[in-house]
Amino acid sequence: MSRQVSQKIAFAILTILSIIVVIPIVLVVAYIIIQGVGMLNWEFLTTFPRNGMKEGGILPAVIGTVLLTFGTAIVSIPLAIGAAVYLAEYARDTWLTRAIRLSIINLAGIPSVVYGLFGLGLFVLFLGLGTSLVAGSLTLGLMTLPVVISTAEEALLSVPQRFRVVSRSLGATRWQTVRQIVLPNALPGILTGVILGLERAAGETAPILFTVAAFYLPQLPRSPLDQTMALPYHLYVISTQVPGMPLDVQYGTALVLLILVLSMNLVATMIRSRFRRKRQW
Amino acid sequence: MVAKLSIRNLSFRYNGTVALRQVTLDIPANEITVIFGPSHAGKSTLLRCLNRLNDLIENEVTELSGQVLLDGQDLYAPEVDVTALRRRVGMVFALPIPLPLTIRQNVTYGPRMRGERRQARLDELLERSLRQAALWDEVKDRLDEPAMQLSGGQQQRLCLARTLALEPDVILLDNPTSGLDPLSTAKVENSLRQLKAHYTIVLVPHSVQQAARMADLAVFLLNGELVEAGPGELIFTRPRQRRTEDYITGRFG
Amino acid sequence: MNRLNVRWREFIIETLIRLSGFSAILFVVLVFLFLLKEGAPTFWQISPGNLFGQRWYPNEGLFGTWPLILGSLLVTAGAVVIALPLGLATAVFIRELAPDWLREILKPLIEVLAGIPSVVLGFLGMVAAAPLVRQVLNVPTGLTAFTGALMLAYMSLPTIISVAEDAIDAVPTSYRDGALALGATHWQTIWRVVLPAARSGVIIAVMLGIGRAIGETMAVMMVTGNAARVPHEWNALFLPVRTMTATIAAEMGEVAQGSTHYHVLFAVGILLFVVTFLINAAASAVIIRSGERRGGRLMG
Repeated sequence: MSRQVSQKIAFAILTILSIIVVIPIVLVVAYIIIQGVGMLNWEFLTTFPRNGMKEGGILPAVIGTVLLTFGTAIVSIPLAIGAAVYLAEYARDTWLTRAIRLSIINLAGIPSVVYGLFGLGLFVLFLGLGTSLVAGSLTLGLMTLPVVISTAEEALLSVPQRFRVVSRSLGATRWQTVRQIVLPNALPGILTGVILGLERAAGETAPILFTVAAFYLPQLPRSPLDQTMALPYHLYVISTQVPGMPLDVQYGTALVLLILVLSMNLVATMIRSRFRRKRQW
Repeated sequence: MVAKLSIRNLSFRYNGTVALRQVTLDIPANEITVIFGPSHAGKSTLLRCLNRLNDLIENEVTELSGQVLLDGQDLYAPEVDVTALRRRVGMVFALPIPLPLTIRQNVTYGPRMRGERRQARLDELLERSLRQAALWDEVKDRLDEPAMQLSGGQQQRLCLARTLALEPDVILLDNPTSGLDPLSTAKVENSLRQLKAHYTIVLVPHSVQQAARMADLAVFLLNGELVEAGPGELIFTRPRQRRTEDYITGRFG
Repeated sequence: MNRLNVRWREFIIETLIRLSGFSAILFVVLVFLFLLKEGAPTFWQISPGNLFGQRWYPNEGLFGTWPLILGSLLVTAGAVVIALPLGLATAVFIRELAPDWLREILKPLIEVLAGIPSVVLGFLGMVAAAPLVRQVLNVPTGLTAFTGALMLAYMSLPTIISVAEDAIDAVPTSYRDGALALGATHWQTIWRVVLPAARSGVIIAVMLGIGRAIGETMAVMMVTGNAARVPHEWNALFLPVRTMTATIAAEMGEVAQGSTHYHVLFAVGILLFVVTFLINAAASAVIIRSGERRGGRLMG
């Protein structure tokens, strides 16, 4: 078999395999859209569920997810940016720094359900917060931490070193350099990372199973110590625990969650490409 | 001659290699001192020892011995405030490196980081430094535009203005005209000649010709060693050391 | 005076930054300690024979974790077997074959895949993929280990593809140019030069993919049928199975706090933590060995 022929075969196989990867993605999204779009009306999005979830809307689940996302942001963003700044600008190559990096890699690898267990053990039980927005936000925040740290550090490191040298040579301190030059120019990259991290937190179910989620609450949470409904959990329950649940309600819920998550993805991508074009170096 | 900077037996090791060997030199105030020599002779390293920019090297082992005195004060004494030092001993680098800010923000960066808040004072420093760097006329109408939009020669004069805005005692220039066209080079050289009345200037030149043009005091550095130092007119016409003569006449480069 | 205030403020900010950095270590330790705290009682409340037995019937006091461990292994192995060739092929395709315009379409699509929440995939797997599996493979139920492996494979693909892509990118162009100059075809260059050079990156991709797959919860819970049985038939792949993660998620809500069942679930959590810790530590070791160091250059 000539080399040209084996190349053609090999490339054909590669193409087919790539198609096998990519086509289902399109199909999945399209299918959910097609099946669920019928449910997307004003009532669905803005009213409470009735009749054992089979009618009415999913407003409290949406609100709950939004609140949890905010809570996650509050918990994880300051800590993550601080850690990223430390790693990018202050840390020297010592065993301590390597331990920190190893810790971050491990935090990133912990299964989401194990975070849920931890949240249950520490926040809900030991600290006595009960299943609450606070407990859920803390759990999700911790889970989001490694992702945001990594992307933020990358964004900080992408600012060219020569700017730091110039700044220091003009008599600026290390922090002044970070504050005036590095952070502002790394901000779009950091923002992208934050949004991607929050996107993941918004879609997670396992960490909130035992720490905050409730299936049906007659009203919206009024304090951080309240429980809340949440979209991923809602979808899970109505598709597995409620007999006789109309299929299009399930698809509708899935679609709303998908739209929420993918639009965050879109925003992050837009920030990233706009920044690439406007960059001054 | 008043010695602005006194360097005594300065040695510097970097990652195992010796960059500077026992350099002893007095840099006079209000003169242009030119430090020339082939590449990797240690000229940039020497300059960076004078404003302690070598302190910023991380993750590599560095070792410094000897003394550097500014107006009689040891720069490496533990109580020295390094950020204040870098405002007194400013540096212009080989490639123009404007900060990703406007022209105005670039030039006023140093004073602002020092704590200067008065707008009037900042404006005054801005204009004076840009004039001294022979850039004012070209940019006075676009001070709030990004500095990156300037041409290479303009950017380098901006970097000079940036250093001048700190009103330093000493200006170190590491190969400042290497990337510039002859016209810009001439502008920079002219500015330096006028500036020496108020500042002490240490220059690593782009070529032996530039060294000969600019030097009041000329210093020949080879392999980290100070081979010869003397008045500009003498060194380039009648060098005392064989090695100096060989380098000047182009026997090695 | 003003200068002193500035110095103080900077000191506080820099201290906060340092503490944020150290917090990562603190959190890992904290997670492990709490898992240990709640899971340790298992080891004196249940005999090892029970804990490593083959039957998981908590209601009858049987806490054999073997079915769960094997269930996780089966599904994960299946996922990796499916995802590795697919992911590698796609990475090669994107980096070596695809024209720019195609690349601009593929990469966002893969990011979309990475963004789809696992509960959504699990839902779709349940209502659409499982019936399909049942029909096509003619099995009693579509909720099988295979279906789970399939879902997991797709969920691991973005990770595998991204790491493999980076590895392929890191191969110096001089290697390729050299091969082409010697008369090799494009494919020969890829197969004999680029891929071997990217080997450590591919290994990392596999490890990270495994780590991801073992830790996945919702999607597997919804499509694997949740039958905690030891898979010992040759066709076990096409029967229901249950993973460690699904067990925790499904049963934790119903246990009494402080009961033996509760402690055992935490113990399973410890096992998951340790396994993923080891996988990630091993992956980092490989990463560090194929070395990326930040140099000490001043102007670099």
